[in-house]
Amino acid sequence: MDLALRDLGDYIEATLPDAVIDVAIVREELIIETKRDTIVRLLAFLRDDVNCQFKQLMDVCGVDYPGREERFDVVYNLLSLSHNRRIRVKVKTSEANPVPTVTGLFNSANWWERETWDLFGIYFLDHPDPRRILSDYGFEGHALRKDFPLTGYVEVRYDDEQKRVVYEPVELQQEFRSFDFQSPWEGIQAQLPGDEKAEEQERT
Amino acid sequence: MAETQIKNLTLNFGPQHPSAHGVLRLVLEMDGEVIDRADPHVGLLHRGTEKLIEYKTYMQAVPYFDRLDYVAPQNQEHAFALAVEKLLGIEVPPRGQYLRVLYAELGRITNHLFTVCAFAMDIGAMTPMLWGFEERERLMEFCERVCGARLHMNYFRPGGVSMDLPVGLADDIKSWANEFPKVMDDLETLLTENRIFKQRAVDIGAISADDALDWGFTGPCLRACGLAWDLRKAQPYDCYDEMDFDIPVGSHGDCYDRYLVRMLEMRESLKIIHQCLDRMPSGPVKVDDRKIAPPPRAEMKNSMEALIHHFKLYTEGYHVPAGETYTVVEAPKGEFGVYLISDGTGRPYRCKIRTPGFAHLQAMDYLTRGHMLADVVAVLGSLDIVFGEVDR
Repeated sequence: MDLALRDLGDYIEATLPDAVIDVAIVREELIIETKRDTIVRLLAFLRDDVNCQFKQLMDVCGVDYPGREERFDVVYNLLSLSHNRRIRVKVKTSEANPVPTVTGLFNSANWWERETWDLFGIYFLDHPDPRRILSDYGFEGHALRKDFPLTGYVEVRYDDEQKRVVYEPVELQQEFRSFDFQSPWEGIQAQLPGDEKAEEQERT
Repeated sequence: MAETQIKNLTLNFGPQHPSAHGVLRLVLEMDGEVIDRADPHVGLLHRGTEKLIEYKTYMQAVPYFDRLDYVAPQNQEHAFALAVEKLLGIEVPPRGQYLRVLYAELGRITNHLFTVCAFAMDIGAMTPMLWGFEERERLMEFCERVCGARLHMNYFRPGGVSMDLPVGLADDIKSWANEFPKVMDDLETLLTENRIFKQRAVDIGAISADDALDWGFTGPCLRACGLAWDLRKAQPYDCYDEMDFDIPVGSHGDCYDRYLVRMLEMRESLKIIHQCLDRMPSGPVKVDDRKIAPPPRAEMKNSMEALIHHFKLYTEGYHVPAGETYTVVEAPKGEFGVYLISDGTGRPYRCKIRTPGFAHLQAMDYLTRGHMLADVVAVLGSLDIVFGEVDR
């Protein structure tokens, strides 16, 4: 399996050298990294080439790495029924740089790109229907970004006087607590407090 | 006679409509009684599951998967458990695998029973719902007996299953599985050749195989188009490669074929259940690694080490090596995928859930265009939409 995937990766890289930045196999899964301006060409090739035949776009999603200069990854998972294979294509992007839409290639991309826009704020260029999809009408912010708080900014309740649902800033009875454990099992060195000097003394 | 102008009508279907299968708001643009455009508004049940999972340990994340597709919860857990196991690089012992496959198939029957009966009720048949739910209740009792919860099982954990079968349960499942074909026959006499049912379902919402691929269809909806694609066969997980079963396929890709495929799939699932029960190996049900699977309760009473392990597992959880995987299972509704990214800590960095219903609902516009208003309900019922998984 691994060998066939490697062959396929090499084949794609050899055919579209300018579109492929990196080919990797992680846990028996083939990952191809590409650029924003070549994503449509690469996916069209993957769909139509006789050796690829990735006819189904299974999923489009975003991943947020706030520490990076181009903070988002857009990840496309494709499936080929005829070869019984999967492939993953990744594109790096940022808030300012839109990714070309692939709805022209796969109809199924429509809602997934809307979802990625909704939850991450990654804009898709020429998308036929760039509305939000999962979050509330009039929602502000992009919920799955790492800098968006888990509890959100607003909460809703029914106001009996106004006879309608009102939005209010979220009020927590208790601050959100994120327990960050340092595991005694891993990550920490077996060193007793105050024992750091012992080694120095031994050395001298 | 003077020419009359007919204005297009916009109709709001749902979110409070018994045939909307939950909280679908469907905005229909209609020319008389014919659909011009269907625009599903989803997200009314959006709970931010993916965000919540990022703040939970891997063990705490499992119950969220029950609440996605709450009609067949165990199959969702299965995908997540397999994804975490892949990142951890562990293998579940044989008995654990068999138990999972057994319960995944029970879940498939639970789901298909619901879908078929609800579909029948959507287009006017009341009785199947009453008969089918009696059986569904039996299946949920089996769930309750193995893990204590009827519906939200939290049974498939990374590393195996939470508990072994109690005494006598295997025999009861066996005797149920022997009886069940009779119920299926009864349901089929009500529906399969029923003239009214066929008038409402045949050639409604038909889709070709190529279009189905383009729209990201999976599971029974794809198989109804004639493609024999089943992840249990194509990319087998757990012990599915040891099981002997067939893949039912349709030929027209319409509502009626989707119904037939589900009915046949239930019979195939029964075959798998029989095989699981007959060949059930003995042994542990979860991995023998105390850093991942909690120790048994009895051991904790007199072993300090077991107590520490238990405490650490239920507070901090286990650390999963950095990496990423897209792991899929054949859920009753189609391909259910978990794209899991771990950064080496005790919590997932990103957990994208690929649900089959999202893709199917997306094709509503394509499937219903040019059909009558009443067919919208039939198409929706046959696609097997559950909003827990569409909205996440």
